[in-house]
Amino acid sequence: MPLLSLRNLSVSFDTASGPFKAVDGVDITVEPGEVLGIVGESGSGKSVAMLGLMGLLPPSATVTADEIAFEGRDMRQMSGRERRKIIGSEIAMIFQEPMSSLNPCFTVGFQIKEALKAHTDLDRKGRKDRAIELMNAVGIPEPERRLSAFPHQMSGGMSQRVMIAMATACRPKLLIADEPTTALDVTIQAQILDLLLDLQKERGMAMILITHDMGVIAETAERVVVQYAGQQVERQPVSTLFDAPHHPYTSALLAAIPERATERRLPTIPGVVPGQGDRPDGCLFNPRCDKADDKCRTVVPPRQPKSLGEALCHYPLNHPANVSAA
Amino acid sequence: MSAPTDTPTTSPATAPTAAPLSARATAPLNAIVTATDVSQVYELRRGMFARPVGLKAVKDASFSVEEGETLAIVGESGCGKSTLARMLTMIETPSEGALTIDGVTITGEDARQLKKLRSTVQIVFQNPYGALNPRQKVGSIIEEPLKINTRLASAERRRKAEQALAEVGLRPEHYGRYPHMFSGGQRQRIAIARAIILEPKILVLDEPVSALDVSIQAQILNLLADLQERLGLTYIFISHDLSVVKHVADRVMVMYLGRPVEIAPVDALYAKPLHPYTRALLSATPATDPKSKGQRIRLTGELPSPISPPPGCSFNPRCPYANERCHTERPELTPHGPTRVACFAVEEGRIEGL
Repeated sequence: MPLLSLRNLSVSFDTASGPFKAVDGVDITVEPGEVLGIVGESGSGKSVAMLGLMGLLPPSATVTADEIAFEGRDMRQMSGRERRKIIGSEIAMIFQEPMSSLNPCFTVGFQIKEALKAHTDLDRKGRKDRAIELMNAVGIPEPERRLSAFPHQMSGGMSQRVMIAMATACRPKLLIADEPTTALDVTIQAQILDLLLDLQKERGMAMILITHDMGVIAETAERVVVQYAGQQVERQPVSTLFDAPHHPYTSALLAAIPERATERRLPTIPGVVPGQGDRPDGCLFNPRCDKADDKCRTVVPPRQPKSLGEALCHYPLNHPANVSAA
Repeated sequence: MSAPTDTPTTSPATAPTAAPLSARATAPLNAIVTATDVSQVYELRRGMFARPVGLKAVKDASFSVEEGETLAIVGESGCGKSTLARMLTMIETPSEGALTIDGVTITGEDARQLKKLRSTVQIVFQNPYGALNPRQKVGSIIEEPLKINTRLASAERRRKAEQALAEVGLRPEHYGRYPHMFSGGQRQRIAIARAIILEPKILVLDEPVSALDVSIQAQILNLLADLQERLGLTYIFISHDLSVVKHVADRVMVMYLGRPVEIAPVDALYAKPLHPYTRALLSATPATDPKSKGQRIRLTGELPSPISPPPGCSFNPRCPYANERCHTERPELTPHGPTRVACFAVEEGRIEGL
């Protein structure tokens, strides 16, 4: 049984100019202990889908899905009280800006202990011991002293460690990390990624890693979902994605990375991600795709088979030799 | 605008005078920027009666930039790269040392020459959302430098602004629009148009693509490469992203805690990084190839406080090769092949595999 299974998850926002579909029919399954990467540019709906799962969206958002199941329990039917028992203890999330995710008015010790107070029946002393243990586990030096530190007294890397300590306080089975290292320097980014992977291996915790950085995906994830304008355009194991992308968007995204460039001019993707007003007919990527033809401009593309990266495309790239054209 | 004040020791002997134009044409490689032991000290007041503390954001930086090349400055946040940018653009005068730009020493010259110099050096900032005034139309944003620095008629200014828009790949009808109508990439193009309208020789690019998505980043990097070729610009490219730097730079200067620790041609730096910090920085950068998940050099700890830097080499608390000498003496930049590096371990051959 998969740990988390989402089928046909959509999120739309009520805006002044009508509803806007930020996430459009997303399917995600996460097995226990695996690392799933979700990659996409800003505006591709990668964070919104996860915020929808966590119930962290504003009231103007409508979340619909055919299935939202955590360990086989249907989360759509749950009462708020039941949902909150899972969220924060069994599913936890860390965010991009560690500095702004912590409350500046309370000490970090208080904020770590708050999670324990809500989800465990430890007493005061037990919570304090556990908080120190957690801070030790995430590599914060002198945890006893740091318990009474305020967020502004800590650096970005340390704040992110505190966030990880809070998120892992109740030994979650699934950790959602939304751009956990984007605001950090490379050497600190390497430390935080190592820490997350160590925790994940040690505790058999599954992880969904949301990022726009292909390098971070290559170093950490096992499976990758590529998202574009709210849709999943490709799903592949990481080992094959970088060599043989099947969707033209994935291929263009990889080609635009300076590190993979062979010439002084980088291959670019013309145009920008479509917004609310200019969503094209047919394939959403067709205005920016150099292989698009009339079919792409009118017919919504089908989902290709697994051997073709489940690409959402009429003309997937890199056909494996043993598969005839789909 | 008052003339620059209190500059302690500016010896004109270190400042080369501007080379005559003919010489420049025959020898294209000509230092357009020369910095000699440049430092910037900020005074911090901690408490009403406490003695102010001096924070040296940049310490004894010596380097030069050749005409037409791209010098990249890399380092983590707090290493002084943006302070350096502020000095190069004359937003701040260095508190110590001499900085010569296009033949003019910016410390202690008269105000008229400085004003001319200001149109020689222009800057593009990191965040295109914050760098453009939301109440100004694109046209007046781009024309503003002309209004301040030239006496052109308004029709002429408009012609030049439209030319600059075309130069950066925007259309003339964008002239009358407001910044909020543009995406991040387009806004960065507007910021670049504003920077090139005075026909500068030097562009300081302070993290110009870090706020942009990969596909937009590629567009802007290509635009910058085009402009450099067409207009013969010199770039000082400040970034923390080593894969972008590898793509754009001719030479790289790595900074740590306010000091340059390694200056090298880009190929040498990426093929054979010498300073332990450069090596750690390179190995920490994620490679976009799942098969090359190599051994990472794990750097422990974080950047020490610049208010009380460690004695000796400022990298010693995080360096795996540090010994007694590193804790007491400070290494200077010394040539090592094409590279200049400030490290005793390299000097003494203590690092294996070098």
